[in-house]
Amino acid sequence: MWWRSASFILDRNDNESVPKPESRLLSHMAPENPNPPINKISAYYQTRAAHHAVVTSDWLAQAQAAVGPDQDAKPSDPDSSEKPPFSVIQEFNSWRKQPDLAEAVAAIRALASVIRSSEANTIAELQSELKTASDSLKSWDTTSISLTAGCDLFMRYITRTSAFEYEDFNSAKSRFLERAEKFGEISYKARKIIAMLGQDFIFNGCTILVHGFSRVVLEILKTAAESGKIFRVLCTEGRPDRTGLRFANELAKVDVPVKLLIDSAVAYSMDEVDMVFVGADGVVESGGIINMMGTYQIALVAKTMDKPVYVAAESYKFARLYPLDQKDMVPAVRAIDFGVPIPSKVEVETSARDYTPPQYLTLLFTDLGVLTPSVVSDELIQLYL
Amino acid sequence: MDLRRAPRTVIDPKVRHVGFFAPPDRSQSATISPSSPPLSDLSPSGTSLSPVMIPPPRHLSDLASHAIPSPVHRFSGESVIPVGSYNPSEFASPSVADFFEDKSNARSPGPRRSRGAGGGSGKIASSLPAGGFELPPEVKPKSLTTVSVVSNLQTNVTGKVGERSIESQDGSGANPNQPLKEKASKAERRALQEAQRAAKAAAKAGGNGVGNMKTGKANSVQKKDNASVASISEKRLGDHKDKDRKKDIPHPRMQFDDATRVEKAKKRAIVKQTEVRNRVELFRHLPQYEHGTKLPHLESQFFHPNSNSVHPAVYKVGLRYLAGDISGGNARCIAMLQAFQESIMEYCAPQEKALNRDLTSKINSYVSFLIECRPLSISMGNAIKFVKTQIANLPLTLSESEAKANLLSEINHFINEKIILADKVIVRHAVTKVRDGDVLLTYGSSSAVEMILLHAHELGKRFRVVIVDSRPKLEGRLLLRRLVGKGISCTYVHINATSFIMHEVTRVFLGASSVLANGTVYSRVGTACVAMVANACGVPVIVCCEAYKFHERVQLDSICCNELGDPDAISKVHGRDEVNHLKDIADNENLQLLNLTYDVTPSDYVSMIITDYGMIPPTSVPVIIREFRKEQVWSG
Repeated sequence: MWWRSASFILDRNDNESVPKPESRLLSHMAPENPNPPINKISAYYQTRAAHHAVVTSDWLAQAQAAVGPDQDAKPSDPDSSEKPPFSVIQEFNSWRKQPDLAEAVAAIRALASVIRSSEANTIAELQSELKTASDSLKSWDTTSISLTAGCDLFMRYITRTSAFEYEDFNSAKSRFLERAEKFGEISYKARKIIAMLGQDFIFNGCTILVHGFSRVVLEILKTAAESGKIFRVLCTEGRPDRTGLRFANELAKVDVPVKLLIDSAVAYSMDEVDMVFVGADGVVESGGIINMMGTYQIALVAKTMDKPVYVAAESYKFARLYPLDQKDMVPAVRAIDFGVPIPSKVEVETSARDYTPPQYLTLLFTDLGVLTPSVVSDELIQLYL
Repeated sequence: MDLRRAPRTVIDPKVRHVGFFAPPDRSQSATISPSSPPLSDLSPSGTSLSPVMIPPPRHLSDLASHAIPSPVHRFSGESVIPVGSYNPSEFASPSVADFFEDKSNARSPGPRRSRGAGGGSGKIASSLPAGGFELPPEVKPKSLTTVSVVSNLQTNVTGKVGERSIESQDGSGANPNQPLKEKASKAERRALQEAQRAAKAAAKAGGNGVGNMKTGKANSVQKKDNASVASISEKRLGDHKDKDRKKDIPHPRMQFDDATRVEKAKKRAIVKQTEVRNRVELFRHLPQYEHGTKLPHLESQFFHPNSNSVHPAVYKVGLRYLAGDISGGNARCIAMLQAFQESIMEYCAPQEKALNRDLTSKINSYVSFLIECRPLSISMGNAIKFVKTQIANLPLTLSESEAKANLLSEINHFINEKIILADKVIVRHAVTKVRDGDVLLTYGSSSAVEMILLHAHELGKRFRVVIVDSRPKLEGRLLLRRLVGKGISCTYVHINATSFIMHEVTRVFLGASSVLANGTVYSRVGTACVAMVANACGVPVIVCCEAYKFHERVQLDSICCNELGDPDAISKVHGRDEVNHLKDIADNENLQLLNLTYDVTPSDYVSMIITDYGMIPPTSVPVIIREFRKEQVWSG
């Protein structure tokens, strides 16, 4: 029914029946979702959280305990001991509670507030406080690339000039704060910018394949739908997180025709697809991306069939990693529930993400603009060196 | 059979913009060769220089010899555009732009067109907003002889450069109205040049060093102006320029196709070389000389310092290059720099000359000598450029000893920072990519890769190494010996077994002589094969190269710029004299023995380049060159 040309518009009426079975399924699943609202944690982390039955407060307490000794070690005035020691984790989590806020952005905001509430008197002290805070944030989730990259970029961005050394402390601090706020703003708005850029690539009558639950991609599709474009979306199921189902749910809310595929049906459906949209957990130095398991497969199929693969990633996800192959990364595992018991001597591949090399990607939509994969290294060099 | 590319009269430089653009202030210091006809055509299109252009090798411009009205030849440091089938000048970076080829020199008939010209004009155009020195479009590609073309650099280029060039012109006595002169009739100019050349030759009896001085002076002026010149070949060329009016010394980039040029080169050569018997047609643009004939002669000359103006330390290094004792980019570069240090230490500036000019000309003469012994590697070229920049940027107020101390410390600093420390950083990055259970493959013997393997072993990682080696150099044996001595388990194969062994390999580590601007790796011959097989088997290829070896030029094949080794090394097997199947037919004119030294590996086969700036994809090489070379070379 859906063909590559735009004449499908005439056939639109036939497609209305599709979403119903899915929505029932989704609503059935809703009670299973763990406490932190689904939206604000990307599927990957959410699954981790769900899996460990971790509720935010537990994590908080744990992290608090971990960070506790550091707090005491911080040089703080005695009279500040009245108010609870500033906990960056706490701040982070309070930011994280906001719906739709990416983790890295929450971290950036938390770090900005570290500066604001810091009582350091010298720049070196401030920087070391920031470093400690950033390390504790990173240790909150060591496998999260965007969190690590976001923290690193933040540190790099605000401490970039050495002119700070010559100024008096207060003006330097306010300058730091200003840049931190600005970085936070940019990161927060990144999604909107990317949506604006990305939706230009969606033409009327196109078919888009998406994989994984990326809020940025969702934003792009929503923006395109709102500006009146007519297109349809094929969603992979995204086992074992079932992220595809949630994504389909969201799309159905904005009346975008959506069709669900099982992960194995990607190659089967690829010929009717016009473009592939994915998000990214992290963008690495070679220009490749690290994303939910299955992205590499889809990119390979798309490349073979000459379909463009577009990645939507904010610029704070650019990380200084350089994986050479799939196993060259810090492993991030999640347990997979097959629904039936598996004998213990059967091994299960539990990695949660894979690496897609740059030659399979066509373009990256970032808040810095629409880039080719080779520009990532250019940006990183300019920022880090 | 003419395997050269069809001569092109017009090169449209607007082809590629590889993301970086050499600052136009690199002055090409226009050469002052007022009368020489503006290099032909530096292509009328003269438009943008393709930034990818390779600065034309500097050939000694014998241009200088002609037509320079002033007694001093000044060549703007820039190179002569080699003419010939391949004219790298087309790719010259903007800075190089402008040079004209001197056609008055023996013009070789034939298809050679002024390729260089094309390139040159292109360059000029780009660098300069239409200076008055724009090559007149009428300059047509005359058959430019190869190397000896004079690089008549025009001082066009940007205003800045223009000023400088004017200065240099003045300094050298060049005529600022040169451009006008260029429009003079070619015949007149030619006649003028011939007359001048004759006069010069007459005056120039005796040491070949004399000419150097004069040209050296001119050159040094230009050198100063060209402080920001980017390409090393420019620099080198410039050096050579002043060395000899005629392009006597075969420059590595000299195109050896032209018989007359080669003749001239031979006359001035310090090292007597005899041409090899059967020259390979495809590589006629590269020097092919009998090996083994130079060394005894040079050795005998060692104690006759008056026969050449080369400092003994430099002479010694040259001999060692010739004998093959020092090989490898870093080793050669360090040896050369240390020889320069010694010579600078013992240098006394003559009374009437400015230190930096004189010293620059001396360095140029040394470089020419080294080139005769063995063509420069890219690392050496970059180092020479650095040294010359440092000399050129010496404040004039320094006393001689201060200046010398300054230079010595700068050179030390360069060696330490760009080579020794860079290697340490590379090793630190690279060992993170070595995991337990890895099988690492390497080719030949690279100092960087050896350090990585030794360090990884020290850190306790468990891995084994496969060393791929190839005739005739068999450099892998030395690496094998050193690794086995440290207790690393190694496998040794010849290159014909690469595909056989590749399926066991998890990572390939390669060294490089240089990495070019488009990510192409220029390295020992055979590297490309290994990289290709690795790519076909899905094995990641990691190239380890210090950043000072990066070069702005772009090379698409291994033919246009290479080094030819001793052809006898192929026909004979060392240590087994009975294996000499070719002895009866060695002189057959149908048999051509080709012993290449380098080859290029396309960037598609390279997964990652590890430099002292970190791990970068091959597409980011121009970024590094753009961001960091500027500081090094042009800031001075």
